Amino acid sequence: MMTIPLSWWLTVAAALFSIGVYGALTRKNAIGILMSIELVLNAVNINLVAFWRYIAPHDISGQVFAIVVITVAAAEAAVGLALVLAVFRRRGSAIVEELDILKQ
Amino acid sequence: MQGVIDFLVSLNIPYVNASVARYIVLQVLAAIVAVAAPAGLIILTWLERKIIARIQDRLGPNRAGPFGLLQAIADMVKMFTKEDITPAKADRLVYNIAPGLGMFAAIMAFAVIPFAPGFAGTQMNVGLLYIVAIGGLGTLAILMAGWASNNKYALLGAFRAVAMLLTYEIPMVMTLVMVAVVAGSMSMVDVVEAQSGMWFVVSMPVAFLIFFLSGVAEVGRSPFDLVEAESEIIAGFHTEYSGIKFGMIMIAEYVHMFALSFFTAVLFLGGWQIPFIDVAALPAPFAAILGLISLLVKVFFFVFVMMWLRGTLPRFRIDHLLDFGWKFLVPLTLVLLIGVAFVIRLFAPGSSVGIPVAAGPLSGLGMPGQVVALLVTNLLVLGLALVVVSSAARRTRSKALRAVSAVDSPVPTAGK
Amino acid sequence: MPSNFDPSQIPLVPIVFWIMTLFTVGGAIGVVSSKKLFHSGLYLVLSFFGVAGYYVLLSAGFMAVVQLMVYVGAIAILILFAVMFSRRPMAAESQANRQWWLGLPLMLVLFVVLVVTVGSVAWPVSGAEPTADTVQQLGVAFLGSYLIPFEVVSVLLSVALIGAIILARGKVEGEETN
Repeated sequence: MMTIPLSWWLTVAAALFSIGVYGALTRKNAIGILMSIELVLNAVNINLVAFWRYIAPHDISGQVFAIVVITVAAAEAAVGLALVLAVFRRRGSAIVEELDILKQ
Repeated sequence: MQGVIDFLVSLNIPYVNASVARYIVLQVLAAIVAVAAPAGLIILTWLERKIIARIQDRLGPNRAGPFGLLQAIADMVKMFTKEDITPAKADRLVYNIAPGLGMFAAIMAFAVIPFAPGFAGTQMNVGLLYIVAIGGLGTLAILMAGWASNNKYALLGAFRAVAMLLTYEIPMVMTLVMVAVVAGSMSMVDVVEAQSGMWFVVSMPVAFLIFFLSGVAEVGRSPFDLVEAESEIIAGFHTEYSGIKFGMIMIAEYVHMFALSFFTAVLFLGGWQIPFIDVAALPAPFAAILGLISLLVKVFFFVFVMMWLRGTLPRFRIDHLLDFGWKFLVPLTLVLLIGVAFVIRLFAPGSSVGIPVAAGPLSGLGMPGQVVALLVTNLLVLGLALVVVSSAARRTRSKALRAVSAVDSPVPTAGK
Repeated sequence: MPSNFDPSQIPLVPIVFWIMTLFTVGGAIGVVSSKKLFHSGLYLVLSFFGVAGYYVLLSAGFMAVVQLMVYVGAIAILILFAVMFSRRPMAAESQANRQWWLGLPLMLVLFVVLVVTVGSVAWPVSGAEPTADTVQQLGVAFLGSYLIPFEVVSVLLSVALIGAIILARGKVEGEETN
């Protein structure tokens, strides 16, 4: 397992994180933004598990953290998508740029 | 399997050392399973058509070959030569991938099944969860198929199918957790070993029933077959599929049914074990062959039961299905899980190896005591559930009766 | 789980790593740049598979299966359902909003900063191998030292479940909406 240095894992996670942030900033559809947030959460999980494996494989806390993150991500996805659906039903569109009632 | 690997190494082929030999043996095993599973389709379709025909008091296919055995081949030829129509505005990539993904998910499920003592594709220590994960993949394939067809009815069919699949995944996962709790491990191989005392169907009959029922719903067989309800929604999510792609979807369904029978046999009926005979102690080739045959007998029994169900029971309606799943099965399984976990804790033999576990207070009664306690718990929970359901039914019935009898009261007339 | 390491010739671990990276990062790029929302969802599923492969490489088998079960089997399906309910589903219009030209250099700057930060730290890597019973250790941890986070997360999930149902229920007859 040491054939892959830890920094490779962290770099991949950083790439995933950056792509997720880019998506969250530039997508039009609210669901697209939610998908990018899931990418960010996955990047964090990769980091956690890589740290667990390389730095403290005897202490299971790394995986505990990662599982809590997955659970919270599931809860957030459920509520976020329910919100998007409710908004879509009221305003007829899920494009965030068109949801500007507060502006007027 | 180790014996076969050692034999291969002893042949001294260049480049073949122990791990390469192991890889070759595993690859051959995988190829056999991957081919046998769809090839079993031929036997399965013939069985199904004959059995359902006999239940319906007719003969079934008897023209193509002796007793109609070559009927499946005739069907395959027909499917290969049918015109492959793709709907005009369909999403081409997704449309083409979906049947393949369904087949992939169905066949991948065979990776964790222990076919004989020592012969398992992989000894994952999370084999039970792997089954659930692969089931989720199948659900995804249905969604892709329904969506990519660009057809309202296909989409509706996919929605209904996925709603039903997600509903019945929960009782299935809970019963798997029950099996894991009783067996002490999530690995399929360990589950089979743990049943060397008493098969789980004897100690947890209700869990077995729930698992089988949810599994039949997951596969989409009758009476839960609104997924393909031939008379209702045209053909559900595979309306727009023709030719070989439709064939692949059919293969996926039959292989999934086959896989479910394997799971039930392994998880509840002891897999390759035969009652009163210690199969693992027999010399190597006999143990494997005997184990495989016993497993196949159990598997085909369950296949027969599924076809029997299809021929006899009428189809459920979607709202009945979802009500039954959420309002009856999920609470029942939760209560059962609590009961089983409680019993196992009471009867747990203490262990100081690995993670220390304190012995439960009733562990002196040993395995038979545990089996009896599990059986009693199962039956108690089932009885409780039936009592609750019957009193609820009585309440709704009396409410409906009162509503009906209230119609006869005099209608107030205007004026007068 | 058996190591997929062939001691004779082929370094399998880096090959699998690069394949999984292709899935993960390729899927991620597909998510943020696909024109059809449904395709974005499918690329997201591909990304999740890549991450599950990563977990297997990192000897966290339970995490890999949980990832498949929760993310692919539940969250991805939920996202695809939501996508299918939006109004112009099959249209292939650009999904980027007006500030995408600002987001791109921002993403690159973020990535460079992260990589430089990560590479400049001497991580205290321990060469130890994890024991084979991670599942048991997880069970003990969740019911032992991490009991409170476990319970809090359960409450969070229940609240999210109820909240999502109420939010998505729409108009129920006899109820007032404001």
